[in-house]
Order: sequence, then structure tokens, then C-alpha cells
Amino acid sequence: MTAITHHVPDALLANYAAGNLPYAFSLVVAAHISLCTECRAQLEAHHVVGGLMLENASKEDLSADLKNNVLAQLDDAVAPQEHYRRSGIYPGPVMEALKGKPPRWKSLGLGVRQSILSADHDSSLRLLYIPAGTAVPDHSHNGLELTLVLQGSFSDDTGRFGVGDLEVADQHLEHTPTADPGDACICLAATDSPLRFRSIVPRLLQPLFRI
Amino acid sequence: MLDTLAPLEKPVNPGLRSGQMSVLAGLMDGDGLNEAETPEFNDQTIWMLAVRDKRDRSAFALLFDYFAPRLKAFVIRSGTSAGQAEEIVQDVMLTVWRKAALFDPHRSQTSAWIYQIARNRQIDLFRKNRRPVPEELDLDLSDEPDPSQIIAMEQEVGQLKDALARLKPNQREIIEQAYLGELTHQEISTQTGLPLGTIKSRIRLGLERLRHDLKGMR
Repeated sequence: MTAITHHVPDALLANYAAGNLPYAFSLVVAAHISLCTECRAQLEAHHVVGGLMLENASKEDLSADLKNNVLAQLDDAVAPQEHYRRSGIYPGPVMEALKGKPPRWKSLGLGVRQSILSADHDSSLRLLYIPAGTAVPDHSHNGLELTLVLQGSFSDDTGRFGVGDLEVADQHLEHTPTADPGDACICLAATDSPLRFRSIVPRLLQPLFRI
Repeated sequence: MLDTLAPLEKPVNPGLRSGQMSVLAGLMDGDGLNEAETPEFNDQTIWMLAVRDKRDRSAFALLFDYFAPRLKAFVIRSGTSAGQAEEIVQDVMLTVWRKAALFDPHRSQTSAWIYQIARNRQIDLFRKNRRPVPEELDLDLSDEPDPSQIIAMEQEVGQLKDALARLKPNQREIIEQAYLGELTHQEISTQTGLPLGTIKSRIRLGLERLRHDLKGMR
């Protein structure tokens, strides 16, 4: 496995840390961080700033019984939270989106397959399976698109993207990503739906693309 | 082995034999012999480690006294009703107790760790999907803690804290809003005169070591 060379841009990471990203984007960022110690360190640095904000926060009076209520619950048995571990090429956050099951691939023709993980009003998330040498089909997108490589690699005008690399693209990037020779390329891709999210996207994008 | 001990050596009582030396070296941090059971960590780190390693309820009570009122104010500021705020405070503090084993003072500050738990909890309440979070790194608690590294981390954060304290109130306000999820970072950067660059360079200083530490973990 080659080193990760395409990382989460800091503005995107900061928005992830603060909880500003739609679900699909935050899932891709979480999946990348699961594979990338550099971005994990950067995220933890943002948490440090957040923690200092918490330390500096004013204090709000608590109900008289809150502390005793909490202390009384320390020994309570808790049902363990469903915890999804990495499975094969799929990092934990992707396994969570898959609910622990293998992807259910649907053919898009020419050997290309997709598995939709989520689609809601502000973003959609899918896995793409692209045979070696094949171009990613239907590649118009209106807003922000994040693509994380999980297996194989693809290349476009902007470079080569291998396992763990994240491509950040907006509508100004005209590109034809093509899977490199070798293993089929499997990617996790998030896009915003053009309907509701359009107004938010440019704000998110500006620091990333200097538009 | 000798190489790693060398920087710690102090003028030694000639009566000590080498076996005793290494025991002493184990008790020393960068500043010399430490008689206290815990090195000079800040209170929050000491409380958090007592909770993690000894399941110490009185240390947890101290963490509660410090963080709970701040957490309540913090979540109210980011749009939670006063009624629901206490519910979140309760959930967050119970998570601190239950997930303490995941706390690693070599790469995280107590307040940073709690901040992240609080943001996750708040976001989960707003959305139907659980907030996606990265895989946890496996923490090997049998590893010897490295006090000098923990102290260096605290000092780094202390400098960042000073830099934040020197900001003008309105500038600090903007950063607070950002980390409460009220602003996009784009909105921050359009505020002129905000020395975010200074802060970022502070973050980066800390990052270098974080990055270095993390490299060994996978």
C-alpha cells in the first residue's frame, strides 16, 4: 500500500470537527481519518481548540440533583453500543453505513456497479466499483463531491488516487476519473443533492477552492 | 538501554549500583526525581487518569464539578434548550466514565476529548443517522506512559490557550461560535483582522508531535 498523498483539506476537516457537514460528507471524512494518521492528528488538534472553548465557557447552574443522578448511574449496566469494525477494505464508518453487511451491488453497465448507502435531502453516499481501465460514468455533479479510494486506484487530470486518497471536486472540475490497470477500483463517493444543498455548498467550497 | 537512560542521569550517589540506577531512572521525568505518585500533570489529566485507571469516583466527581456547568452553558449556546441541555450533560459525563479507557493523554487533552464527546452527542440528537466517527485507535494500556510527552503536550496546549486569551473578545467570540458549529470556517475567515493564522501555526506545532506519536500506532 502506497502512502496517502491526498488528504482532507483543513477547512473541510474543521467543519467536520465542528459538526457542520452533511451526513454523507462526514462519513467520507471519518472513513479517511480511519486510514490516515496525519488527518487524525489534525482533527485532534481541532478538538484541542474546541476543548479550550469548553474550558473558557461560562458556567450554567445545574439542577440540584443532577450530580447525584449521574453518580448513581455509574454502576448501571449499559447495553453495549453496536460497534462496527473494519472489514476487509471497508473502514469502520463504512461498515456502520453498511450495517455490517456486504455491499449490495447494482449494475450500471460496462461492468460498473454501485451500492447506495444513503440518500437524503442534503447528501447522498454510495460505493462505486469500477473495473480496471474503465471510466467513471455519469460524472456530472453540481456541488461538492468527495471520493475516497478503498481499493485499486484511479487517475484523472489532477493526479493519481490510491487507497486512502481523498479527491475533493466541485462543479468547476471537469474530470474523467479512470480506474488504473490492476485491481478493480472501489471508491466511497459522497455528493450533495442539487436540490436543497446548493445554497450551503458555495460557502463550504470557498476556502477549499478559492472561488 | 543505556543510551536511553543517559539523558536522565543526574550526579549519582557513588554507592548506588547499576540495578538501583535503573529503578531511579524509571522514577525520573525530565526535571529529575519525582516523589509524587503522579508527575506534574494538570488537574484535569490527573482526574481523568484516576477515572481511567482506578475507576476513582471522587476524581470523577471533580471532573463533573469542573465540566458539567461549562458543558451546560456550551450546549445551550449551540442551540439546545435548557431542559435538554442537562440531559446532554448527563449523557456526556456518563460517557466520560464509561469510555474512559479510550482516553490517551499522550495525544489528547481531557477538555478536547470531552468536547468531542459533547459535539457527537449533540449532533446525534439532531439527526436520524448517528454522526460518523473515525475508528478508534487501539490503546495499549500496558504500554508505559511517557510523562515527559504528556507534559510537553500540556505545555503546547497551554501556549495555544494563551494565544486564544490574547485575542480581542469579538475575535474569540467568532472562534467559539465556529467550534460550537454556529459558523462555517469560511465565515470566520471573512472576518477581517482575525489572527487565525497565529492559532493555526500553534495548532501545527502541536500537530507535529501528534503526528509523530500516531505514526507508531498502526
